[in-house]
Amino acid sequence: MATPQNVPLPTPWWRHARMPSARAWAIGLPFAFLLVFFMLPFLMVLKISFAQSAMQVPPYTALLSYQDQQFSLQLSLESYITIVQDDIYFSAYASSLRVAFFTTVLCLLVGYPAALLMANASPGVRQLLLMGVVLPFWTSYLVRIYAWVGILKDQGLANQLLLWSGWSDEPLHLMQNTFGLYMGMVYSYLPYMILPLFGFLVKMDRSLPEAARDLGARPWEVFLTVTLPLSLPGISAGCLLVFIPSVGEYVIPELLGSPSDLMIGRVMWSDFFNSIAWPLAAAATCVMVALLLVPMAYFQRLQSRTGGIA
Amino acid sequence: MTGPQIPSMKSSMLGEDGFLQVQEVSKKFGNVTVVDKVSLSIRRQEFFALLGSSGCGKSTLLRIMAGLETPTSGRIILDGQDITDLPAHQRPVNMMFQSYALFPHMDVAANVGYGLRREGVARAQIRERVDEALALVQMGSYAASMPAQLSGGQQQRVALARSLVKRPKLLLLDEPMSALDKKIRQHTQFELGSILQKVGVTCLMVTHDQEEAMTMADRLAVMSEGVIVQMGTPESVYEAPNTRFSAEFIGSTNVFTGTLTAHAGDSLDCAELALPLQLPYALASARQGQPVTVSIRPERIRISQPPDAQATGRDAPTSNCARGVVEQIGYMGSYTLYYLRLPSGRVVMTHVPREVLAGFAQEPDYGDELALHWSVRSLVVLN
Repeated sequence: MATPQNVPLPTPWWRHARMPSARAWAIGLPFAFLLVFFMLPFLMVLKISFAQSAMQVPPYTALLSYQDQQFSLQLSLESYITIVQDDIYFSAYASSLRVAFFTTVLCLLVGYPAALLMANASPGVRQLLLMGVVLPFWTSYLVRIYAWVGILKDQGLANQLLLWSGWSDEPLHLMQNTFGLYMGMVYSYLPYMILPLFGFLVKMDRSLPEAARDLGARPWEVFLTVTLPLSLPGISAGCLLVFIPSVGEYVIPELLGSPSDLMIGRVMWSDFFNSIAWPLAAAATCVMVALLLVPMAYFQRLQSRTGGIA
Repeated sequence: MTGPQIPSMKSSMLGEDGFLQVQEVSKKFGNVTVVDKVSLSIRRQEFFALLGSSGCGKSTLLRIMAGLETPTSGRIILDGQDITDLPAHQRPVNMMFQSYALFPHMDVAANVGYGLRREGVARAQIRERVDEALALVQMGSYAASMPAQLSGGQQQRVALARSLVKRPKLLLLDEPMSALDKKIRQHTQFELGSILQKVGVTCLMVTHDQEEAMTMADRLAVMSEGVIVQMGTPESVYEAPNTRFSAEFIGSTNVFTGTLTAHAGDSLDCAELALPLQLPYALASARQGQPVTVSIRPERIRISQPPDAQATGRDAPTSNCARGVVEQIGYMGSYTLYYLRLPSGRVVMTHVPREVLAGFAQEPDYGDELALHWSVRSLVVLN
């Protein structure tokens, strides 16, 4: 006898809709976050770069307008033309790229031996050294740069030490020049070089350099023929992490660098806040992003080519 | 066991003793002694194996030979030259690493030629010697392959070619088979052995696998806690182990501990056996009641149907036998493994060959009672 209880109920619709898997969530959430909080602001900046400056709030013209039954889109290339024509932008980009390049080279020269030392240290010492590299992140970046001002200024710690020890008779100018700039840059970006390098070196099969030694390689040959080539992906990752943010660095050149060093970050700052030329500053930003995409794409290709080996 | 000898070699060249001399070598890490005053003497062209479980110091000893570790004390003399203080890259010694340690960014030919390039050998000659070495290990057609494209066995052969191409005076082998599947191990052991025999190089191998040591080595040393427990040919160590450790490490065995009886010092009372154990010889400086440990290999224990209780008359043996009940049976192909529980509760392991089982009217099964006996000569007294 068929009772109503025996008749199978149709599956409700919400049971058909499958929940996304955990994997989809894990990939999807950060992706969505980046899309909203990185892509959207960038698109806004891109939009502003095609507007014209105006004495209003916000200080630029609208791209879309509706007038006389006409819907019009006005893209102004004025800002971009200014950037191309005005020498100040070219020299600011050039000096930014130059500073970023030398910062990267210096970080590599200082960071590689440090990372190698850390990777070869005993586990206890390694933990301590790793802590030392990460520890500065516990303090605000701005506070640390101000601390460097305290160290490098004419009456600062470094000069007091130099005078006290008799190395120098008068205070040296250690900041607001190239020295101060690179001191701050290398100090701030060194961890971004050391950490990926260390990650690569520490997981490298320890028997590979040993095999090279066993086969007759002198210590420097072991380094050049085995350790260095095998750590190339780590080198490229570290260089990328240092180079990219160095280009747009604003605080360090402002506080420690020479006032005559025009870096693109400073130019953008003054366009935005001093001249209230938002479209111009936005265009300068877009050009910088485009400039940075080139090395990034190159390194990405390098990574995928060497990735199979490492 | 015959040595890795080339028939045409002059016999005076063979067996030159003291080709490699390890003299009281010790290694301490902090206050832990990993290698404790180890001395060895290896003949030219000999294949010598260091056998022990992990942490016994055998790998450290091998690394000391390679120059990758410095000994705390002791000397190493190779072919008359003291190499103790020679750095790794200057030693006429090459090693085949456990992981093979092939350089992943170089192809096979570049890997094999690496050592020759460091030596500054002319390019044409490098190519010739690399080809020769790859031909020796039958990898000639893989010269342009990258290590990641090779199977484990192929990688091993490339590693072998790389460690032989510089014609070292001493070849070090670190657990050469451990990275291979068990299935291809046996075949590879044979292949590796015949290549090394052809080359005639002196070999020092480290392994934890007693089967590997016994098949490949001319002589072996059993190591435990940094010292050599026993040294000799595989046969002598297997047949006459001197300690419980080497008896149990090389092959499996049954160990009994008993006390000497009053008689001539050649008989043992053992709590686990109903009848006394007759020793093959009287122990020197024996006292009554002295504890003695003996080993009986499982294949030396014979089994038979137990005689009827009534039949046990004057012919019944008075020593070196027992009765036990079948508790476990393992079919191993050429023999069958029986675990027999004695009335004392002790379990004894025995290997019974197929032809012996064929003599039974019915193969012994779980719960059957069997008689066990062994000859006097199969007992080995352990220290």
